[in-house]
Amino acid sequence: MLWALLWERLRGMVAGAAFLHFRKLKGNSTMRNSIVLSVFATALFAHLAIAQNEVRIGMITTLSGPAGYLGEDVRDGFQLAVDEENGKLGGIPVRTLVEDDGLKPGQGKEIANRFLGTEKVKVLTGFIFSNVLAAVAPDAFEAGAFVISPNAGPSNFAGKDCNKLYFVTSWQNDAVFEAAGQNATNLGKKRGYVLAPNYQAGKDAIAGFKRFFKGEIVGETYTRLDQTDFGPEMAQIRAANPDAVFQFHPGGLGITFIKQYVQAGLQDTPMFVGGSGLDRRILTAVGQAAQGVNITSQWNADFDNPASRAFVAAFETKYKRVPDSYASQGYDTARLLASALKAVHGDLSNSDSLRQALLKADFVSVRGAFRFVRNQHPIQDLYALRAMKDASGALDIKTIGKVLSDHTDAYGAACNL
Amino acid sequence: MLALEQILNGLQFGVMLFLLSAGLTLVFGVMGLLNLAQGSLYMIGAYAAAYAGARTGSFIAGILAGITAAAAVGMLTEYLVLRRLYSRSHLDQVLATYGLILFFNEGITILFGRQPLYVDIPASLNGAIQLATGLSYSTYRLVIIAVGLLVGIGLYVLIGHTRLGMLVRAGATHREILRAMGTRIRLIYTIVFGLGALLAGLAGAMAGPVSAVQVGMGEQILILTFVVVIIGGLGSVRGAVLGAILVGVVDTLTRVYLPVLLKTLMSNASADAIGGGLSSMGVYLLMALVLLCRPRGLLAGSV
Repeated sequence: MLWALLWERLRGMVAGAAFLHFRKLKGNSTMRNSIVLSVFATALFAHLAIAQNEVRIGMITTLSGPAGYLGEDVRDGFQLAVDEENGKLGGIPVRTLVEDDGLKPGQGKEIANRFLGTEKVKVLTGFIFSNVLAAVAPDAFEAGAFVISPNAGPSNFAGKDCNKLYFVTSWQNDAVFEAAGQNATNLGKKRGYVLAPNYQAGKDAIAGFKRFFKGEIVGETYTRLDQTDFGPEMAQIRAANPDAVFQFHPGGLGITFIKQYVQAGLQDTPMFVGGSGLDRRILTAVGQAAQGVNITSQWNADFDNPASRAFVAAFETKYKRVPDSYASQGYDTARLLASALKAVHGDLSNSDSLRQALLKADFVSVRGAFRFVRNQHPIQDLYALRAMKDASGALDIKTIGKVLSDHTDAYGAACNL
Repeated sequence: MLALEQILNGLQFGVMLFLLSAGLTLVFGVMGLLNLAQGSLYMIGAYAAAYAGARTGSFIAGILAGITAAAAVGMLTEYLVLRRLYSRSHLDQVLATYGLILFFNEGITILFGRQPLYVDIPASLNGAIQLATGLSYSTYRLVIIAVGLLVGIGLYVLIGHTRLGMLVRAGATHREILRAMGTRIRLIYTIVFGLGALLAGLAGAMAGPVSAVQVGMGEQILILTFVVVIIGGLGSVRGAVLGAILVGVVDTLTRVYLPVLLKTLMSNASADAIGGGLSSMGVYLLMALVLLCRPRGLLAGSV
């Protein structure tokens, strides 16, 4: 990779120097010289043409720490789309610069400043966590660069802080939790108990669930982000006797929660989680305890449409694992970008025409129907999934059915675009 | 009955905290070393136990592997790295042991990847025991409490009534005299550190079935262990027992009952939110209170 880059630079320099040298000789040029001259000149201009047309995409994502696998999935999904076109998106050569934000907003900001400054990146993507996105996005807007989030979708950017340069390809954060609420309602649940860590995303998750859950909330508990033991919460749940438990605990917290839930003998009370609450990595770590957990998501690896089947097959061949929805979001983001780059012929100088091209969402999403609404967030269907045994007896995540059709977020009304 | 169950939950949490903080407080008391990497030893114990448990299919083998690995890594780290830090300032020690955290986290990622490991409760301990009418409690959690109490008694005997314990106590208060009398104090340091690491490894191995075995699992619990050590008094194992139980029970009970209490004063939603916020401060308030009355901790000065 590095050598290729060096060689490319070197080739350009040599061609340029030779060009200048031959220009000096031009006065008494011979036939031979003109031929050599034109060969070098062609080499130089070819090089310049490539350098001008190559679109640089800055990917700031979370690759280290317990949540590192989310960024890994997004990166791999995105890269798959680039590889399928042999280093191009929509026929335009792209170079993806990938950096790890370490789930630190400050670190994300530093990377963004470098990308937007010296690297002259015009498109930023990769964001997993809302706090990193919130720190980076204003800098990008100021520099006139696009932000296309493949995962994080904080409420403020969907509402009053929405921006022409800001797109989300996954969902507004609340969507999967709203679907979880609808799912519990559809399943006839009357007494819900809700738990989430006491921070913004946790509160948003509970608010999202409650927005669509029609039953009574018999208990509401805010846990802590550094909690390792949920024994007391389990006793409280048992005492409240709910017929549905909704919980949002990201990453390791979720593994601990689901394990202790079953150990506390609560497995007969159905649990509801949003998409990332139970993905395949968590499923492997939780094991049998995850059986029967209700999940809501916009995509699952068993979706039966041609785009999804092709994506899953290609992903499994390349990376030797079943993609989680994060990978599909990375892939869709790349495909969306490809459609827009194709429409503007790789010319990013006019941000308004690129924006119009992105808004069209002229690509086939692996999740099926996909459009953008006014605040440049998706309008899409959300599905109920469940962790259950497949034919071979192994635990897998299966799609049950549609929960919400053409779902949009609750914040778009405050957006003036 | 619910209250009793919650007290048991607090006790069990306290026992886990004790296993981690016993090593921390011993190492600080005897060698004057601030060791942030105690959480890493907890993680190493958990990973070794999960790995060995999965390979052999035996939970006991897993536990043994966990404590052996943690003790071995602990003693090796003491020999290679920490030895050079005893005479340095606490800031240097904090920086160096923080570096160790990063080193161990990255090392585990390279060895095991980012996928959290799966550990199950052994079948014989899965289930609940009827303690009284209306109160049944998880067998595995009861075993954790029992193991913690046994370790506490064992440490008490070891430090109070054996020759090694005498040397440890002497090392804590009269380091130079001990050296002048020809005791190999460095060896004692290594042994003490190994013992602390072993207990952290035991805690990690036992935590496997109830929580997520993942990179960085030690840091989550590390801050509370420091609170325990401060409340109990730096260097005091008995203090660590008392501090750990206090922190475990107070943390659990404020978490459960503060929102209930607040609900009598305000609306449900705000009571839940404020209660959640206040209860996370509960143990720190306790620490502040203890430090107000006894600035050096509850049982400072007694090993």
